[in-house]
Amino acid sequence: MRRVPSIKRGAVFVNVALIFICLIWLIPTVGLLVSSVRAPDDIQDSGWWTVLPHPDQVKVSEIPIPEGLDTNGVMTILGATGTFEEFRAGIKTADGRQVTWVGNKRAGRIEIQESRLTANTNLTLDNYAKVLTGKDYELTSPDGSIQVVHGDDMSGAFVNSLIVAIPSTLIPILVAAFAAYGFAWMRFPLRGVMFILVVAMLVVPLQIALVPILRDYVTLGLNGTYLAVWLAHTGFGLALAIFLLYNYISELPRDLMESAFIDGASHFQVFWRLIMPLSVPALAAFAIFQFLWVWNDYLVALIFIGAKSDTMVVTQRLAEIVGSRGDDWHLLTAGAFISMLLPLFVFFALQRYFVRGLLSGSVKG
Amino acid sequence: MTVEFAGDADRRVRGALWALTIVGRVLISILVPLLAFAILWQGFLFLRQNDAPKVVTGVIAVVWGVGGVAAIYWVMNWFLARLPERVGSRILPYLFVGPAMAILIWFLALPTLRTFWISLFNADSSTFVGLDNYVSIFTNPAMLEVFRNNFLWLVIGTTLVVGLGLMIAVLADQSRFESLAKAIIFMPMAISFVGAGIIWNFVYEVRQPGDPQIGLLNTIVTSLGGQPQAWTALLQPWNNLFLIVIMVWLQVGFAMVLFSAAIKGIPAELTEAARVDGATERQVFARVTVPMIRGTLITVATTTIILTLKIFDVVIVMTGGQFGTGVIGTEFYRQYFVNRNFGVGSGLAILLLIAVIPVMIYNLRRFRGQAGFR
Repeated sequence: MRRVPSIKRGAVFVNVALIFICLIWLIPTVGLLVSSVRAPDDIQDSGWWTVLPHPDQVKVSEIPIPEGLDTNGVMTILGATGTFEEFRAGIKTADGRQVTWVGNKRAGRIEIQESRLTANTNLTLDNYAKVLTGKDYELTSPDGSIQVVHGDDMSGAFVNSLIVAIPSTLIPILVAAFAAYGFAWMRFPLRGVMFILVVAMLVVPLQIALVPILRDYVTLGLNGTYLAVWLAHTGFGLALAIFLLYNYISELPRDLMESAFIDGASHFQVFWRLIMPLSVPALAAFAIFQFLWVWNDYLVALIFIGAKSDTMVVTQRLAEIVGSRGDDWHLLTAGAFISMLLPLFVFFALQRYFVRGLLSGSVKG
Repeated sequence: MTVEFAGDADRRVRGALWALTIVGRVLISILVPLLAFAILWQGFLFLRQNDAPKVVTGVIAVVWGVGGVAAIYWVMNWFLARLPERVGSRILPYLFVGPAMAILIWFLALPTLRTFWISLFNADSSTFVGLDNYVSIFTNPAMLEVFRNNFLWLVIGTTLVVGLGLMIAVLADQSRFESLAKAIIFMPMAISFVGAGIIWNFVYEVRQPGDPQIGLLNTIVTSLGGQPQAWTALLQPWNNLFLIVIMVWLQVGFAMVLFSAAIKGIPAELTEAARVDGATERQVFARVTVPMIRGTLITVATTTIILTLKIFDVVIVMTGGQFGTGVIGTEFYRQYFVNRNFGVGSGLAILLLIAVIPVMIYNLRRFRGQAGFR
């Protein structure tokens, strides 16, 4: 009987610790989501948590700067006395209000503020609209006329990412499935050596391949095309794909195939009609893995697509906005969130397969 | 006499068949990818001349690309079926395995040799300099800082990922909110390093002292009476730690899922028996749980080690490798694509390869020990 309270206390401790960790894990993402629906000025001026109710000094009224003040000395305004620096920080008056100098010495104003519970709820979806449709820039040409230029938007990058990611997922699956079937159900010279090569290539860092492959692409005139990126992702993902699919396909029941062969089926027919449908869980596991990997990849895109704005993928666009940030933080927040939507959807919809893929030894080089 | 003649002819036929098989095997391995490539390339030229909307071009490219590859396998199989049975059936395995091996060799196996070769030449690959690039890498103080940073990533990053992953897996295992907690911790796995960098900008952002802080960390620090810090820039060498935290945030979910599955795989009788024998929870964890999930521990550790060795995206997005945060991945990029120093860039890639060789050997050993490959 004495153990019961201690077990309960243990369970409470476990849950409190877990909730604490989960909060830490969630807060950065929540910050991005909240920021993405705030007005651009708000993002720059206050933390995203100010959308929650919090005590703050709220402006009750304002007056222009009184004439004839000695801004370099001690001033008295509305019953508050202090130097310019003290007024900038805000001076409390006797009635609990605060007098604050907003702006610089000459062109400022005086605000009378009161402490209230406030929430910064000026929320908008404009950032998303801007990111998806592009930002308009006004350019003044030498003759004085104003031209509106439509900037690049992220929807183009989104389509580019899809064009890159889908074949980069399907092509290695197809090639690897053939190879996995061959390794699992056929006997031929050099089979062992070839499979050892596959295992060895599992962890080779892809940096090793960038330089020579880029040279080949330049020679072939391939650089900057989608084909180049498809092939690169196929090459870099293939070892893992073969390994995963082999592990699965070689475990399929032998009798099944033997009876198919007795019925006169060829290897090719067995592969398409029997093995591929049976291997769907393994194929899906690798597909999710590879899709997320390609979608989130930055390095391969950076090297083989290059800085051409019409073929850039989402990660490149985002990294570009980070680089040129300053007043574009609002685009960054919305853009980053959009870039996360598809992988998060794929991930939660197919989580079961993804976890299975991880468990069957997905270690990519 | 006639018997000998027949034997001779037979041998000659067999020899011819044998030669044909070898040629066929090599041909088919290279021909399939080459044909696929040519067809895809023609499709590209066609698409490039068209001004169709991007979405249409994209759909055609996707269908063309994937369908094209499938079609080539099909055509080649049809062709092999027309060959004499003895030759065709010997070439067939190479239709299945050959193209994959050709691609693997082109994209990974050969480049290791070629990159090593380039690393023996000077910046623009015109003069052979032997191992000079390696000497200059190891004597350059800036490079040594890069290695130190990578070492920090490897040791601290791997320790945190393994430690936190194991802790959360154990906690979640005892909680009623297990699946929800695991989903939350696992979620960052779906986010790119670039996206994670942007997310963490809102944690690390710094403003002038006195201005309202919009970064979460500086708000906490200033509200406790501290001075705002430029976490990722000026706090050297601790800024590396703040970058490592981002990777840990992303990667712990992966470790947790693997550990969680491994812990659930431990037979309940085993832990129960230990408890009946009077072991405390801590002893059960140290003496039963940890030894039972040893294999998973090694897998998670090696995966994280490889990830930290190659780390690139986080650093390039957050700091661009400045402020003493450069790692081999960013330095490789800078040397090769900014400085155009092909020799040193390739040398760094080779060092990365050397660093993963122990893992490669471990994988090969484990694979050899496996009875699975019959």
